[in-house]
Amino acid sequence: MDLHLKIWRQKDRSTEGKLVNYDLKDLNSHMSFLEMLDTLNEKLIIEGEEPVEFDHDCREGICGQCGIMINGLAHGPLENTTTCQLHLRSFKDGETIVIEPFRAEAFPVKRDLKVDRSAFDRIISSGGFVSVNTGQAPDATAIAVTHQIAEEAFDSAACIGCGACVATCKNASAALFTSAKISHMALLPQGKEERSERVIKMVQQMDKELFGHCSNTEACEVECPQGISVLNIARMNYEYSRALFFRKK
Amino acid sequence: MKLDSKIPQGPLEQKWAQYKKTAKLVNPANRKKLDVIVVGTGLAGSSIAASLGEMGYNVKSFCFQDSPRRAHSVAAQGGVNAAKNYKNDGDSVYRMFVDTLKGGDFRAREANVYRMAECSLNLIDQAVAQGVPFGREYGGYLNNRSFGGVQVSRTFYARGQTGQQLLLGAYQALMRQVGKNTVQLFSRHEMLDLVLIDGKARGVIVRNLDTGEIERHSAHAVVLATGGYGKIYYLSTLAMGCNGSAIWRAHKKGALMASPSWIQVHPTSLPQSGDYQSKLTLMSESLRNDGRIWVPLKNNETRSPNDIPENERDYYLERRYPAFGNLAPRDISSRAAKERIDAGFGIGPLKNAVYLDFSKAIKEQGKEKIKEKYGNLFDMYLKITGYDAYKEPMMISPSAHFSMGGLWVDYELMTTIPGLFALGEANFADHGANRLGANSLLQASVDGYFIAPYTIANYLSNEIHTGKISTDNLAFENAENAVKQQIEHLINIKGNKTVDYYHKTLGKLLYDYCGLARNEAGLKYAIEEIKKLKAEFYQNVRVSGDENHMNTELEKAGRVADYFEIGELMCYDAITRNESCGAHFREEYQTPDGEALRNDSEFQFISAWAWKGENQEPELIKEPLVFEEIQPTVRSYK
Ligand SMILES: Cc1cc2nc3c(=O)[nH]c(=O)nc-3n(C[C@H](O)[C@H](O)[C@H](O)COP(=O)(O)OP(=O)(O)OC[C@H]3O[C@@H](n4cnc5c(N)ncnc54)[C@H](O)[C@@H]3O)c2cc1C
Ligand code: SF4
Ligand code: FES
Repeated sequence: MDLHLKIWRQKDRSTEGKLVNYDLKDLNSHMSFLEMLDTLNEKLIIEGEEPVEFDHDCREGICGQCGIMINGLAHGPLENTTTCQLHLRSFKDGETIVIEPFRAEAFPVKRDLKVDRSAFDRIISSGGFVSVNTGQAPDATAIAVTHQIAEEAFDSAACIGCGACVATCKNASAALFTSAKISHMALLPQGKEERSERVIKMVQQMDKELFGHCSNTEACEVECPQGISVLNIARMNYEYSRALFFRKK
Repeated sequence: MKLDSKIPQGPLEQKWAQYKKTAKLVNPANRKKLDVIVVGTGLAGSSIAASLGEMGYNVKSFCFQDSPRRAHSVAAQGGVNAAKNYKNDGDSVYRMFVDTLKGGDFRAREANVYRMAECSLNLIDQAVAQGVPFGREYGGYLNNRSFGGVQVSRTFYARGQTGQQLLLGAYQALMRQVGKNTVQLFSRHEMLDLVLIDGKARGVIVRNLDTGEIERHSAHAVVLATGGYGKIYYLSTLAMGCNGSAIWRAHKKGALMASPSWIQVHPTSLPQSGDYQSKLTLMSESLRNDGRIWVPLKNNETRSPNDIPENERDYYLERRYPAFGNLAPRDISSRAAKERIDAGFGIGPLKNAVYLDFSKAIKEQGKEKIKEKYGNLFDMYLKITGYDAYKEPMMISPSAHFSMGGLWVDYELMTTIPGLFALGEANFADHGANRLGANSLLQASVDGYFIAPYTIANYLSNEIHTGKISTDNLAFENAENAVKQQIEHLINIKGNKTVDYYHKTLGKLLYDYCGLARNEAGLKYAIEEIKKLKAEFYQNVRVSGDENHMNTELEKAGRVADYFEIGELMCYDAITRNESCGAHFREEYQTPDGEALRNDSEFQFISAWAWKGENQEPELIKEPLVFEEIQPTVRSYK
């Protein structure tokens, strides 16, 4: 199949970027979207141009590194799918595809399609953990966790930190990402002790990183490759209010 | 050079306790004076960096991804082993030790294997305390499943994302220390060389992958937890960035490489579908519990699988290994598939796959039951291939997956360079010639959480009076210049072939001549071909752009340059071992019915290799393996 691509090219953070046209012919429809970009890059290198920089690693839908906007949609047209798990059979022969980086003030562009998502790491380091040192753990069965709770915690813990929720949100809010971690920890008995401190610190850090506020459009859930539920955001709001209410000054 | 494995004296069950009792400690007040560099943030790297941070050392943590949470441990699916015996089915540390040693074809150290099994108990406790949501029974207790040819249920899992959840636990522990400033994090940094002062590991040279800047970092000890090098085959189940450069640069500085040719090939990955393909996706091995593996009886079969009647199918695993059938271990299943494919019975557009058929299971258990067990895998298969595996059999094929080889380490996980430690998949320890499923998440984790914190402290106890190590030292300058020179060299070749072209060509050579089956003539041929390819690479590779900004092609070029040398060493290693064991199947050494023929009287040793310089043959140094506890037996799955 043939495709017309319009790809965002930007040298670095301080240089202005623009969409550049590329044409590819005779592509195999079984190719993944990233393999299509590989094919383009091979061609560009041989022609003496610089290849398009894009982020990716596992190509298995699990590392969370490969996010880009495809025709205005984070990770492209398929539901609950990362860019690396998207294949050309989802497009039509001769189609024009616009490819851009994830955009948000908190995710500055580094080069071409690569953005800086380290704000997510800082949110985690502000409190997204259980404070247990190595070698301190009691026997794993000492505290029972029901099947249901473990599965519910897993549903939240499954977030891959890709940032699609931020990129697709008109406010560039990180609420889905942050709330997923807060729910994961708050649900489990191991994480319950610190829940108040955790939610306050993480929400404060989220604001510091220049993410916007959540206005409940629920666009994030639609484009999240892991199908993380917006109910997590409700839980975060509850945890936050609860923490403020009981906070001892 | 004589290798000292430093295995403690005394009975097997007491060796580790004995070591811990006598290991030297560092006074908390002195820990602040000591710096440690940890390269890698997978399970091994994150856990050791977090542990050392908690103890009060100054830690610098490096990875090439944009976040430590994306290290390749995140991709592991199936589970992690621990001899907890929660199922009351007779599991014990000793049984796990025996299974692992036997699984590795008696090519691992008893003491190491025993210690891994022993520490497995604590790992599950640690992970649960961190909030890892392992699968649970309805009553609230942890659940287990059985995995890869063992008779007890000792595998803990978090759906099909065990690696992800374990890594998030370790990553969160790491980020907690980053928040406390005990660990400094350098993501998007790649280690390009190791710096030695007076023979000791004292630092690293890294490239900031976002800006292209070359930086010097010094420390009193350096830990490499940089994962496996299976991506050398290009097509593999590994992430695109996985590489062997960190351990290889350390090797060239004097650390020995052990068993480089032992690379596990996984039997159930999706087959290659075209030249453009960049990696092979792993389908969970658990599928083999209900799927039956077969190929057509007729050569060059053209009918679709559903049109091939039962009596014209060859269920070759059930035929050859009646006792284990479709659950035969990885090496045996992979090799049996290759044998059929090579004989012309492969299926699929490229004739490079075999069928994994669920029709019998669906008929017997119902589609709903199968959906419940494997639904997500069937969805993934549909997404990637476009085929519905409820309607026709899956196509699977063998793919490079895990490197048992790596830097040689002693019982303390220290390499032959004092102060340089290697953890997780980057070292060679514990798995012998074949790794059992769900043991490598375990090994990476226990290395980092429970073993290295003791052994590194033992080493550092002698470094208290060393004082800060200056990066102005000539050794740093030399290493930095060498790195810069290599980068300039690669950029200035300006040839007409891409880096990926060379990587793919090398990978194919290795699959053909140093893959599932090897023979002496083929290996010798491969060495010559790799030399030629390497020479051509330095004449003809094209790396676009320059070194002063983000440049992925340049990163890849450096890694492929190292892969040529690693590939060559793999072939040397495979040539010298005149036997078949685990992942290493030498065609000259097999039984009349095609099974591996091990030779204990001559090859009961670990092969450790020394770098002798550019274009020189490497030197083989042997570490004899002594079995006191159990005597090697022949692995049989008939
Ligand atoms: C698809 C798949 C499924 C698997 N499933 C299982 C399973 O079910 N059970 C099981 O036990 N095992 C499984 N394994 C194996 C297991 O995942 C790995 O062996 C293990 O996670 C390795 O951990 P590690 O910490 O040693 O390295 P990794 O997690 O690979 O981490 C390597 C780290 O080193 C860094 N790094 C590398 N080189 C450099 C450099 N030069 N400079 C800076 N940083 C560098 C990387 O950035 C990364 O942070 C699986 C493997 C794969 C590929
Ligand atoms: S919540 Fe979903 S979209 Fe957001 S970072 Fe996590 S996985 Fe990605
Ligand atoms: S490359 Fe890892 S999720 Fe896509």
